[in-house]
Amino acid sequence: MIEKTVAELSRSLSRREISSVELTKAYLERINRYNGSLNAFITVCEESALTQAAQADTARDNGQTSPLLGIPLAHKDIFCSSGVKTTCGSKILHNFTAPYDATVVSRFKEAGAVMLGKTNMDEFAMGSSNETSYFGPVRNPWDTDRVPGGSSGGSAAAVAADLCAVATGTDTGGSIRQPASFCGLTGLKPSYGRISRWGMIAFASSLDQAGPICKSAEDAALMLNTMAGIDTKDSTSADVPVEDYTAELNNSLEGLRIGIPRQHFAEGLSTGVEQAIQEALNVYRELGAKIIEIDLPNNHLSVSAYYVVAPAEASANLSRFDGVRYGYRCDSPVDLEDMYKRSRSEGFGDEVKRRIMVGTYALSAGFYDAYYRKAQKIRRLIKQDFNSAFQQVDIIIGPTSPHTAFNLGAKTDPIAMYLEDIYTIGVNLAGLPGMSVPVSTVHGLPVGMHLVTNDFAESRLLNVAHQFQQNTDWHRQRATAFTEGH
Amino acid sequence: MEWEAVIGLEVHVSLSTKTKLFSGTASVFGAEPNTEANIFDLAMPGTLPALNEEALRMAVKFGLAIGAEIGKRSVFDRKNYFYPDLPKGYQVTQLDFPTVGRGSLAIALDDGSEKQIGITRAHIEENAGKSLHEDFYGMSGIDLNRSGEPLLEIVSDPEIRSAKEAVAYLKKLHAIVRYLDISDAIMAKGSMRCDVNVSIRPKGSTELGTRTEMKNINSFRFVEKAINSEIQRQQDILEDSGTVIQETRRYDAERDTSSPMRSKEFANDYRYFPEPDLLPVEIDDAYIDAVRATLPELPDAKKARFVNEYSLSEYDAGVLTATREMANYFETVACGSGDAKMAANWVTGDLQAVLNKNNWDLVESPIQAERLTMLIQRIKDSTISGKIGKTVFEVMLEDESEVDQIIESRGLKQVTDSSAIESLVDQVIAKNAEQVQQFKEGKEAVLGFLVGQAMKLSQGKANPGQVNQLLRKKMM
Repeated sequence: MIEKTVAELSRSLSRREISSVELTKAYLERINRYNGSLNAFITVCEESALTQAAQADTARDNGQTSPLLGIPLAHKDIFCSSGVKTTCGSKILHNFTAPYDATVVSRFKEAGAVMLGKTNMDEFAMGSSNETSYFGPVRNPWDTDRVPGGSSGGSAAAVAADLCAVATGTDTGGSIRQPASFCGLTGLKPSYGRISRWGMIAFASSLDQAGPICKSAEDAALMLNTMAGIDTKDSTSADVPVEDYTAELNNSLEGLRIGIPRQHFAEGLSTGVEQAIQEALNVYRELGAKIIEIDLPNNHLSVSAYYVVAPAEASANLSRFDGVRYGYRCDSPVDLEDMYKRSRSEGFGDEVKRRIMVGTYALSAGFYDAYYRKAQKIRRLIKQDFNSAFQQVDIIIGPTSPHTAFNLGAKTDPIAMYLEDIYTIGVNLAGLPGMSVPVSTVHGLPVGMHLVTNDFAESRLLNVAHQFQQNTDWHRQRATAFTEGH
Repeated sequence: MEWEAVIGLEVHVSLSTKTKLFSGTASVFGAEPNTEANIFDLAMPGTLPALNEEALRMAVKFGLAIGAEIGKRSVFDRKNYFYPDLPKGYQVTQLDFPTVGRGSLAIALDDGSEKQIGITRAHIEENAGKSLHEDFYGMSGIDLNRSGEPLLEIVSDPEIRSAKEAVAYLKKLHAIVRYLDISDAIMAKGSMRCDVNVSIRPKGSTELGTRTEMKNINSFRFVEKAINSEIQRQQDILEDSGTVIQETRRYDAERDTSSPMRSKEFANDYRYFPEPDLLPVEIDDAYIDAVRATLPELPDAKKARFVNEYSLSEYDAGVLTATREMANYFETVACGSGDAKMAANWVTGDLQAVLNKNNWDLVESPIQAERLTMLIQRIKDSTISGKIGKTVFEVMLEDESEVDQIIESRGLKQVTDSSAIESLVDQVIAKNAEQVQQFKEGKEAVLGFLVGQAMKLSQGKANPGQVNQLLRKKMM
């Protein structure tokens, strides 16, 4: 049962083949058994999860039928959850309990979903391997010597090992799509503004976007149905009507124009991944799609622009962690400056400090034009590249990551780590919706295909992903070490 | 050498919105520390700002009142610095695209002429909280009630040339924001604050000297004193062949001196950048026109109207329009009594003197417009004389009764009964035979003395015109 998709579980729950309490217990048992080796969860909410499950079962007895009612899920520990610890993977918030729910969290509560716990992540979502977490690295269920990707690595590992049915993540430069790719899952980063950021601890405000990490595109559609929508508490949330994202899943792909960016099939891409993507494209050809080569001429600038904009915003966003009102405060400070300096030096990890310094530098007097302003210009160019591309094609497809999951500790050079997101980062800079879908395995490790479409065209994105999954079963493949009965 | 001062003011005005700029918390003065601070005001992780439209509307209103360009696209920026009463570690303000662009206002100079002072810009920003350094035994207390309250920072061009002009400018700003009802602008409670930039240069020079800044001066009088003190200090330095250092100084009003602030206190690189949590604010002509429709009559227009409509002097009209409350008070009295001249004299004279003496605001005056109107009516219909009017006015300060009741109960009614006046006149003629003789011999001036005697006899209640007339008649 635990290996099923949300859509399947939802049907089983409504047919009373299983209760939410039984399902929740099954996942909690797996968490108890496997979390020690995966480290996917920072906090497990056993008691409240069972209470919520019982409430969901009662609600169902009383005639409620929402698709997520009684579905056990996990939230990335970046979403504030009232009364439950919210750490953002950092020592500086290791003792922080939010006094309120993020909009995403409250929407799932209202939908009757069960929150199993909070998942591990790179500290403040800064990382691509989940090795920067104060709570230790997460391991990839497909091979526990390998990273699950990041920053939503805990969510990806938890879903991949069937420790929960589905999980939320956030994506600032690839943090949903890359771990989904590394763990053989379907990850969706919606358009910027599609989901409220209220209560989602900010890394880079103009790039951050929440989304689901799932076992199928259909699940992603169900999740988006609950997560999407304008929120008066988030001024950047978009006033664009919310669709039923499941409605177009079964549309035909006949005549679909798929763009293949030359720049995403160039140097640096591993042959195994490239081959897997080419095979996936053949599936689309058979479904009637046309494949067209396109250019994203400024793609090579995206990582550099991102590593100015994101740290700049982060340097201000993380100023509030000062030891004054909540979170970690150093022992016996001698004065205010000492308290600031030591609380922050001791509370933040190296990668976070590195980005605060880079961002502070990029914004400082005399450097602003050379860095921040220039990066914003590049950002506009990248957006224009996508705009031109979408004049010719409906969807852009390429690899999510240049390779499959790498070993823990393999990438010690920060720049090498930053290049992990070379195919995904442009999408955040342009605010577009992007998705990663499993299309193959290479040496027993999953390969993700990256799909991108135009602003707020999530229905099309989900349709294209779903049609692939209707015709293949890569999304059904599980990490064998953690399959049931193992 | 003759020197000329170049002065620019940055004035912060607290906008009197019902809730804070971004958080929806009530914006109230004087609440228990930290009771008016929600999760956003505390900068809890994950919280986001949502602009209070009322603050935007107030800023636009101010812009229209000073004839300024209104920013159709204003952008909020983050100004980064660490301080415990700044919970986010940055202040949200407007750097390059303020809501209010270039405008100006007129001040009256001593010689009666008018001078336009340019206003560079006015931008919306959030207030910081308050640090309390006393009573915490070596620690500091933080009160975040004020944190996030909306401010309008109004920046003048460096066109002010003296401390007096600076005060006139401030008073004008004060009047405008109060007329617009966008701030109570009380300097003593910090809802209007002033930073002063001063430099001096040889008169006639067009180059600017090195300026200094004094921050957070909290009364009109201290602004005047601080500027004069700083002009003198710079003059002393320059005349002694020294150089003025560009710095921020702290003005000590008690000792009337200033001292440099430690460089650490202002040497910040604020690393401004556009606030990514807020979209640029776009407004269109329809919005601006709708705000324009809500503009009240402003001090200059009101003053001109008072001069025209009520034939007041420029000076009186200026005094009467200094605050909207005063202008309303005057107009109520002028229209109610039908005598604008008398109304103006009473309001700018006796009433103003009482307010000054007791340090009262107009609302605190025991004599509100309706009662003063009645008093003037009783003088005009000869129930009392102008002189008795002053007495009644004094009584009215203590006694809240109706004007008529005061006149009645204290027997202050003017004697107009001709038989009573005749008896008074007869008594005076009988007692002052010598003066009566002098009058009859053509010494007109004596009449005044005799009228005075009759008035005295009546304890001031006799109608002086009638007395005058009857005396003359009887002595013919």
